[in-house]
Amino acid sequence: MKGTGQQAVQPTLRPSGGIGKKIRQNWELYLFIAPAFLYFAIFHYGPMYGIQIAFKNFIPSKGIFGSDWVGFQHFERFFNSHYFWDLLWNTLSISFLELAIGFPLPIILALAFNEVRNGFFKKTVQTVTYAPHFISMVVMAGMIITFLSPSSGMIIRLIEMFGINAPQFLNEPAWFKTVYVLSGVWQSAGWGTIIYLAALSAVDPQLHEAAIVDGASRFKRMLHINLPTIVPTITILLILNTGNILGVGYEKILLLQNSLNMESSDVISTFVYRSGLVSAQYSFSTAVGLFNSIVNAIMLIMVNQIAKRTSETSLW
Amino acid sequence: MVTTFKESKRDKLFLALNYLYLTVALVLVLYPLLYIVSASISSPQYVNTGEMWLFPKGFTLDGYKLVFDNPKIWNGYMNTVIYTVLGTLLNLVVTLPAAYALSRSDFVGRNLFMGMFLVTMFFNGGLIPSYLLIKNLGLINTMGALILPVAASVWNIIVARTFFHSTIPKELQEAAHIDGSTNMNLFIRIVLPLSMPIIAVMALFYGVSHWNSYFPALIYLNDESKYPLQMVLRQILVLQEMSAETTGAAISGDIAEAMNNKAEIASLVKYAVIIVSTLPIVILYPFLQRYFVQGVMIGSVKG
Repeated sequence: MKGTGQQAVQPTLRPSGGIGKKIRQNWELYLFIAPAFLYFAIFHYGPMYGIQIAFKNFIPSKGIFGSDWVGFQHFERFFNSHYFWDLLWNTLSISFLELAIGFPLPIILALAFNEVRNGFFKKTVQTVTYAPHFISMVVMAGMIITFLSPSSGMIIRLIEMFGINAPQFLNEPAWFKTVYVLSGVWQSAGWGTIIYLAALSAVDPQLHEAAIVDGASRFKRMLHINLPTIVPTITILLILNTGNILGVGYEKILLLQNSLNMESSDVISTFVYRSGLVSAQYSFSTAVGLFNSIVNAIMLIMVNQIAKRTSETSLW
Repeated sequence: MVTTFKESKRDKLFLALNYLYLTVALVLVLYPLLYIVSASISSPQYVNTGEMWLFPKGFTLDGYKLVFDNPKIWNGYMNTVIYTVLGTLLNLVVTLPAAYALSRSDFVGRNLFMGMFLVTMFFNGGLIPSYLLIKNLGLINTMGALILPVAASVWNIIVARTFFHSTIPKELQEAAHIDGSTNMNLFIRIVLPLSMPIIAVMALFYGVSHWNSYFPALIYLNDESKYPLQMVLRQILVLQEMSAETTGAAISGDIAEAMNNKAEIASLVKYAVIIVSTLPIVILYPFLQRYFVQGVMIGSVKG
């Protein structure tokens, strides 16, 4: 079926096309994109219109447009509050921990996968390490809480087997970030390899052959052939990750947060949730959220610029 | 690969370390998963005292019995199935035609549309404006609040667009136009039947995210009978446990409620409910893994 009627095509499509004609000819394509267009316009650009309440005193009865302007009052209140630096520190430190531990691991794992012949072992390890990606946040949080339960937790008992007194991981602020980041690594490191494996499949086998002739060891070849091949992929993902430096999500933290670990578990996004939806301070928490988005956007642009200057790879 | 060459000693050592590393990774990921499976069919007295550490001990199906007898879990399960099926259908109806249109180089304005979609990946209105929008649209406490705000994802549109772009031959479209076929006909009769793999990938990506989501339900639903499974799980796995572990500390209002339910749902239920809720994905996963991986790979080509 492929390529039917190819012979007659060449002259008909290209030359006759003024833009107007193309639009008329393809009017249905606008119909095709209409649902997506409406969706993004309403559910993504709609909330952007609502951002103005960050500079207003939003009163539901007056509506978004009708509420009174107050300038930067909410921002000032946030920056001057006693919890501002704690929130910023928690958010940044969790992000950096995630970046420092969670980012290199999939790369190392992918390089390791790449050295193993396709076979039962490789397939098993891949299937198993990909699997946690599909576990829901709630189940994941449930597993963490259950395994770390001081009275009966599996991990607690493993630690005690070595004669060490296990801390109450979820009730001690000092441990929260470690628990959060390591459980995240457990869940997503395997899945994270896929994108690198795709990039690694593009390595030119001739390079390896030449290197072998020159007497390069496997490790050397991994370091000097495989790794450089995936550097563009690494760069892109690094840009995206650093661009999200204040984007520590609330979904998992909200589930693991309790009054005892709050000191180190409260991040900007969970604060926005609490002050906005639980205490209904709409304008104030919109301002906090906006601060968060703006810092992220600036970070993304900055990191992208640096990448553009120093390497060939960048997002745009 | 080029393994025909004789491996030197250090290469052998390197490979051995490599296998060791992967084996450690395998055990670290696999053990907690196996532990949950075994714990779900073991007597809780062995589980809680640590006598059950890998294989089931004191075999019992009481946990599953409690799960199946719990009307809340059943109700949540039914809700989740409905939300997942309808939500995924909506996702496909929005994503596929849009992605196809964007894959056509003769579609005037496609960069404009793509740009409009891409911006939302990096900048959004935030939690509160989104909440107010849903409220103003009158969607609070309706199924619409769970499926409309996630009707499409930019990432999936890009994946599908890349697929259409690279697998549907241009000649096909040109031939169809010469035959006087409309774009609609072309899309439904020719493009979609050729695109089953990407439809599967999309349905899976979207389906899993609906199945696993809890946050929209937490903020938009106030009627418990409409709760999806993940919200019921949250009560059983998180709220109850947390309230038991943190002595008397109240986090939010639903803690108190969870305390009341505590007696009715025994600790036995925990492991069984994890299995039951993850079962559909666990069963499908080995068969569908290929498609998931394919989806990520297609996406990364253009990423």
